[in-house]
Amino acid sequence: MDKFTRFSGVGVPLRRSNVDTDQIIPAVYLKRITKTGFDDALFASWRNDPEFILNQDAYKHGEVLVAGPDFGTGSSREHAVWALRDYGFKAVLSAKFADIFRGNAGKQGLVTGEISESDTEKLWTAIEANPGVKIEIDLIKKVATLGDLSVPFAIDEYTRWRLLEGLDDIGLTLRDEAAITAFEAKRPAWMPKTLPARH
Amino acid sequence: MTNQPLTLAEKVWNDHLVAKGENGAPDLLFIDLHLIHEVTSPQAFDGLRLAGRSIRRPDLTIATEDHNTPTVDIDKPIADPTSRTQIEALRHNAKEFGIRIHSLGDVEQGIVHVVGPQLGLTMPGITVVCGDSHTSTHGAFGALAIGIGTSEVEHVLATQTLPLKPFKTMAINVEGTLRKGVTAKDIILAVIAKIGTGGGQGYVLEYRGSAIRSLSMEARMTICNMSIEAGARAGMVAPDEITFEYLKGRAHAPQGKDWEDAVEYWKSLPTDDGATFDAEVFLDANILDPFVTWGTNPGQGVSLNDVVPAPSSFADPNENAAAQRALEYMDLVPGTKMKDIKVDTVFLGSCTNSRIEDLRAAAAIINGKKKSDHVRMLVVPGSARVRLQAEQEGLDQIFKDFGAEWRFAGCSMCLGMNPDQLAPGERAASTSNRNFEGRQGKGARTHLVSPLVAAATAIRGTLSAPSDLEEN
Repeated sequence: MDKFTRFSGVGVPLRRSNVDTDQIIPAVYLKRITKTGFDDALFASWRNDPEFILNQDAYKHGEVLVAGPDFGTGSSREHAVWALRDYGFKAVLSAKFADIFRGNAGKQGLVTGEISESDTEKLWTAIEANPGVKIEIDLIKKVATLGDLSVPFAIDEYTRWRLLEGLDDIGLTLRDEAAITAFEAKRPAWMPKTLPARH
Repeated sequence: MTNQPLTLAEKVWNDHLVAKGENGAPDLLFIDLHLIHEVTSPQAFDGLRLAGRSIRRPDLTIATEDHNTPTVDIDKPIADPTSRTQIEALRHNAKEFGIRIHSLGDVEQGIVHVVGPQLGLTMPGITVVCGDSHTSTHGAFGALAIGIGTSEVEHVLATQTLPLKPFKTMAINVEGTLRKGVTAKDIILAVIAKIGTGGGQGYVLEYRGSAIRSLSMEARMTICNMSIEAGARAGMVAPDEITFEYLKGRAHAPQGKDWEDAVEYWKSLPTDDGATFDAEVFLDANILDPFVTWGTNPGQGVSLNDVVPAPSSFADPNENAAAQRALEYMDLVPGTKMKDIKVDTVFLGSCTNSRIEDLRAAAAIINGKKKSDHVRMLVVPGSARVRLQAEQEGLDQIFKDFGAEWRFAGCSMCLGMNPDQLAPGERAASTSNRNFEGRQGKGARTHLVSPLVAAATAIRGTLSAPSDLEEN
């Protein structure tokens, strides 16, 4: 995973709440067995509407999504994060994220910054007043900046550290391998085992 | 510290702690059971290969095919090449890494959340993960069961652990006795309508109270299944005699002395008297009606006796805007009686409501009745074993005589990944868990209902409760 410190990209105002992962990427696109190449699948159903925000020239190359609350609800599909990432998004700002989505995003280097609902509205207004304007995401200071407007965002400190350092989760866990082995040794015999198979 | 009263969730958490996180790092928890299906796993196996890693505990891992699988002609090759590729990838990965797999045609094949419990692999006090948000289903046994993403699937395959931040706890107290025709599905839809789709965010929910205690395991699974629809990471019910009775004798349930040891431990799991929850919610089971959704998220639900709400009835501007958008998508007019809504399709199935008890309940309603002419009904058992059992009980004949389609096991019409989909604009009463835009097919409209409401609706052609049949 690449290190993330500061990034500046085109802001996209998505004036919708409860954007579930079925909207971010419909199930029909989940049949691929690769981890990349999902850019065409992002908001696939909504993109059929010529008025949809990503179909407008100013936002076509969006990189910082500003969405309403409860973003990423529903299905656990990590494909939602891959689709956002493949399209070009580096960060999503929202007043509230669904837990699984936020966890998945952190694993893939997509920043999820929690901002207040009033700051969401301020960002939307500022972007719409100047379509195509860039937002700077500063992960060190935890601030999103658009011109004179500076908005603080919250992000889990551990995730932030991992993103700043570009660290891989499995590698981190394997430092505790001795503890895992010790735990396994004291598990009761009756705990479930899938093998050998019984019917 | 040792005598501090604890909740069920805290006990399971503590008993799985491999390493305590320091300086804001998450705790590392051991995972007892890892369920795998074809959609969220191929990229995880690829990741292992790229990093040259192996699977730590194939003996705690099990795979089945469910999301992509067709529910007819299962003896023929899967027609959709992309679906076939994904299924073949799972079979290949299972073989390469030595994982037990139940493929299409196998008696243990089925929806991953139906298969785990029916094999007796899902037990009280264990940790369960799966790359599927409805993993919360297994919490019905008093397990801590959470849905994970593909990166986490890879992490569990490699390490049999998961780094997790401690959750907050929320008690959902449901007291009283359900009236006739009201079920577990109505309880959970009412809970979600009450706390909202984000209301459980960051929490593990524990369903408690006399109404929960009296429910069967199947019904408890229905409730825990939809915890994710309230935004929660997991839902749990404390294990009791009903749990033990369900488990005893199942293929992978402990036997002999192991069974006694296990039960002794399981009896220590329920939340201690005096333990505190971070939040509490109360619901009166006595006054609950059958519940249905009118909108495009599972929180947009009302009593079946109610009307389609007006967006202006929501003070919150986001909810108001969401309601307007939902009504437009659903093609509904505020003030319309829910019972006047005509449906095209009835779907009985999904990890929420496809167990034997669900099929029995629906069959009892339709037995000897005639299906509404304009309604298509699909009945999709949750697993091949459920299908077999239903056939032994003659339920398949009841459904067939009624005019319903009797299908093979799988996720089917719950999500638009296999051939079972609604046409654009088509409206369904569905026992599944999500009414999102396009969930059951592009442009499709979904009303979430219980199996009883599904059955009554198939007879009358409009959203109906079993009690509406008696009045005729």
